[in-house]
Amino acid sequence: MQKFHGEPALQAAHISFRYQKNAPWVLKDVNLEVEAGERVALVGPSGCGKSTLAGILAGYEIPESGEVLWEGRPLERRGYCPVQMIGQHPEQAVNPRWRMEKILRECWNPKEELLQRMGIEKSWMTRWPNELSGGELQRFCIARVLGPETKFLVCDEISTMLDVITQAQIWQILLEETERRRMGMLVITHNRTLAERVCSRIVNLEEINHEASFD
Amino acid sequence: MKGQKEPVLAVKELCVSFTMYDRGLNRREFEMVHQLSLTVNAGEIVAVAGSSGSGKSLLAHGILGILPENAKVTGTMEFCGRRLEEASLKKLRGREIAFIPQSVKYLDPLMKVGRQVIGPCSRAEKKERQEKLKQVFARYQLEESVANLYPYQLSGGMARRVLISGAVMKPAKLIVADEPTPGLQESLARETLCNFRELAQEGCGVLLITHDIDLALQMADRIAIFYDGKILETVPAAAFSGDGRAFLRALPQNEFAAEQKFPGAGNTEGFRQRII
Repeated sequence: MQKFHGEPALQAAHISFRYQKNAPWVLKDVNLEVEAGERVALVGPSGCGKSTLAGILAGYEIPESGEVLWEGRPLERRGYCPVQMIGQHPEQAVNPRWRMEKILRECWNPKEELLQRMGIEKSWMTRWPNELSGGELQRFCIARVLGPETKFLVCDEISTMLDVITQAQIWQILLEETERRRMGMLVITHNRTLAERVCSRIVNLEEINHEASFD
Repeated sequence: MKGQKEPVLAVKELCVSFTMYDRGLNRREFEMVHQLSLTVNAGEIVAVAGSSGSGKSLLAHGILGILPENAKVTGTMEFCGRRLEEASLKKLRGREIAFIPQSVKYLDPLMKVGRQVIGPCSRAEKKERQEKLKQVFARYQLEESVANLYPYQLSGGMARRVLISGAVMKPAKLIVADEPTPGLQESLARETLCNFRELAQEGCGVLLITHDIDLALQMADRIAIFYDGKILETVPAAAFSGDGRAFLRALPQNEFAAEQKFPGAGNTEGFRQRII
């Protein structure tokens, strides 16, 4: 990682995207670069395509033109994606037919200490997703992507469903973890103070998107 | 507010417990909400704040009677002096009691959102409702074309606004809003609460479950602090005037649990003050 210092770790190059042929463009010619270890906030009004861009960067959607470059090479479509996204609706990001234990350990085995700091209780492990609250589920969703293979985090409104205290605790863990491993981060939020507190740079999607309206 | 003190909603000693299968056929009972009492008066916004997982949503679902089958509810709930029971709830839900769910999963994925917001109605009513829909959508900065979209085509914030629109379409006596504002930019979140305030002025009671303490402090009349399935206290919002730090310290999680339970988060207090 060190040798990429100063170079973009994650780069969105001329990305255009629409959900259907003939549908209006959601994203048009979007360029965005994030360096290794840099934390960038992505802001913009609701419905302007922030989550869509997040999905593209994490490899969930394929842009119609343009590409996502990870350390200079196109994002690998097989295997573990180094860019991991934490979604806005945790209840939609977990398998309703898996117990929490399985969901948490899908990709790696988080240490007991981390779980404790995230406020994940042992008794939750045997529960089903519908037996936990939104905030509790989100903690699982965050813990499961902090594995060693994750090199970049895309956080799409990850803390709005948490109470302020948990929110602060989770962000502290995320900041510590990303700092230690020099991970980059793209943070989508409507909370301006949070963006200023957590990130070193704030990007307004409307300014870099050449098709600003979602008509 | 206007001297009206007749409670729209009175919850007395509500307990919610769940039966869960432990291993094999062993069943265990978990009580999640204990002995909870709460009143919402007409013309009043009562905010419920508390840590995530403390049972706030269970309270909302309990009032609406939409808890899963393995839940057991004891205690009494009264709506405008009448006891709430399953049969009466069925009539009241969606008419006199409006609900804004926390999850956008509550939208029917196979129905266009316009039809969901308008709801079932007679042909005579339809025109009027459609007119109202246009007004409500305009207020929440949704374009009219959004009514013709399916839920999967909406962004998180738009879906949230659709859910809110559905609840404010008809004049209800009680609105139960379970975290209505995440995913909304601040201006829209504020607009939503202003709308609640207007409805309250018309005599509606609002139970607002939220994490956005800032907004709750500005808009609510009373704030109930929820912790581990209990309401610790209910106080007028004015009691938190100033920078709100007293409230933050008052939350038990910050005073004892936060420091002991999460040893790495010693600096929480300072960090939070800057976030808020």
